[in-house]
Amino acid sequence: MSIVAPELGKHSWPVTAAHSDIAARLTALLGDAVVAVSEHCGDVAIDIVRDRLVEVVLKLRDADDLKLNQLIDICGADYPERAERFEVVTHLLSMAHNLRLRIRLSTDGAAPVPTLTEIYPNAGWYERETWDCYGVMFTGNPDMRRILTDYGFEGHPFRKDFPLTGHVELRWSEEHKRVVYEPVKLAQDFRNFDFLSPWEGTDYVLPGDEKAGQP
Amino acid sequence: MSSLGNAGVAWTAEDTTDVLPPKDGNEIQNYMINFGPQHPAAHGVLRLVMELDGEIIERCDPHIGLLHRGTEKLIEYKTYLQALPYMDRLDYVSPMCMEHSYVLAVEKLAGIEVPLRAKYLRTMFAEITRILNHILNTTTHAMDVGAMTPILWLFEEREKLMEFYERVSGARFHAAWFRPGGVAKDIPDGLLQDILDWCDGFPRVLDEMQALVADNRIFKQRNVDIGIISKEDAIRWGFTGPCIRASGVAWDLRKSQPYDAYHLMDFDVPVSTDGDCYARFMVRMQEMRESLKIIRQCAREMPEGRHITVNRKVAPPSRGEMKRSMEALIHHFKLYTEGTHVPAGDTYVGTESPKGEFGIYLVADGTNKPWRCHIRATGMAHLQAMDFLCKGHMLADAPAILGSLDIVFGEVDR
Repeated sequence: MSIVAPELGKHSWPVTAAHSDIAARLTALLGDAVVAVSEHCGDVAIDIVRDRLVEVVLKLRDADDLKLNQLIDICGADYPERAERFEVVTHLLSMAHNLRLRIRLSTDGAAPVPTLTEIYPNAGWYERETWDCYGVMFTGNPDMRRILTDYGFEGHPFRKDFPLTGHVELRWSEEHKRVVYEPVKLAQDFRNFDFLSPWEGTDYVLPGDEKAGQP
Repeated sequence: MSSLGNAGVAWTAEDTTDVLPPKDGNEIQNYMINFGPQHPAAHGVLRLVMELDGEIIERCDPHIGLLHRGTEKLIEYKTYLQALPYMDRLDYVSPMCMEHSYVLAVEKLAGIEVPLRAKYLRTMFAEITRILNHILNTTTHAMDVGAMTPILWLFEEREKLMEFYERVSGARFHAAWFRPGGVAKDIPDGLLQDILDWCDGFPRVLDEMQALVADNRIFKQRNVDIGIISKEDAIRWGFTGPCIRASGVAWDLRKSQPYDAYHLMDFDVPVSTDGDCYARFMVRMQEMRESLKIIRQCAREMPEGRHITVNRKVAPPSRGEMKRSMEALIHHFKLYTEGTHVPAGDTYVGTESPKGEFGIYLVADGTNKPWRCHIRATGMAHLQAMDFLCKGHMLADAPAILGSLDIVFGEVDR
């Protein structure tokens, strides 16, 4: 197995180096911690068993032909139709071999995810952000506070079932001489246009069409 | 507390309630102060809660999110094209570099090919943006440690660069000029010559500025050996860009994972081994000179051709075409209502923004809107290391360290 240098100038987007047979290598290295190895547009991603994240990250860091020794990012994603709706996505980078790897694992929001702060100190804020935005807990993170939202904020705003407009708005109250929180009042309903072509069919009943099927 | 007035520290009574419980009589206690969120040296809306032992920083806890606008959530409700202008508003001192990651991510997912001229144009303006950013950072960093003049001298040059922005996009800051498939409009006649002329004059201004501060006794006292981070620690803390290059890691995505026309460009990557504030400053100063090389090369070698792909499912037809061709009119209408459909899948694209690696993790579900667009903010990793960098330093070193990290809150808070 060897590392292939990136092919330059073919596309506009950045291309990393690549292992000639990355799927076999990762399966051999990580064993049954890996659920699936996939490649999409040249990105390598692995889906792993949630509780074995730390072990996987350590093995990827210490393997001589991978050396994925920098944590680039951790983020969440929400797929409400899945049984375990949240995905926690970790991006690793190897400066030595010019490789990138994406680790995906899923959780239902109640089951905590192991923290990476012991290995990478910068995981701290990324995990706080994932907790803040999606409500995914991380066990072992010493500082599990909210980070991006307001002090005293309730809910997890990036969940798909959280409304885009939010629940509360704030204004300066001359009467109380402080900022007060009030339920959101919109002068006009929030407009979310459906631009997906009706010619190609919608997955809902168009307004006015609800009687079309009746005799 | 009034003696702290010179360091410009704002604090409120409620924060002092956190102090250690009072002990008997004459014992000296640590105390907590608020640095920011309304403070010029906090580079925006940063609130640093610091625990001080006299003038020594014991602990430093950055509170971010005061500029959080939920960009990632908003993007989920917009089409791929409507989401683009949000990028400008992330790191508002280097707008086009923010767009760069996003358009490359869309191109990667949808497999869009870009004409060579568009690649050159984007490369050239990404470097102009790098100079824009570094001018702001180096001069405000100098101002944070007491040098007023650099900002006055170099902002004139910055204004000229923003004029180039305006000439290509119509806007000085929020350009929205990079588009999936190329750039929005071709450049006007004579712009390349004007850029080349500017490139001839800029090094002199840069030299004057560098002569003013780089060997200055006060500037050195405030920056040399302040906020040192070793090579190993910089990697562990997720540093990228000039901050990691100042710690002796020769890592630049423009060289190692080149995108657009960077593989054709001839430039060097400045590296320092000191890892202190002064090294980060000097790396940025040198990077501006290297960017000039790239801008010159792009302007001289600019190929002829189209500025955006001819793929009508991605790029709109010209105005003239629309007047005559029904198909072009339909394409235009569909592009600006329904937008481009991107095939399902996820991808991560990281580019070398002026501050470091700026990444977009884009999940498409096959419709005209992204399912998820996560923004990997460079400043988040750097700011997170503030506690590590500040520990044991004097209070007055905090603005120098903060300045050398190049933090912009539009990007950190998203």
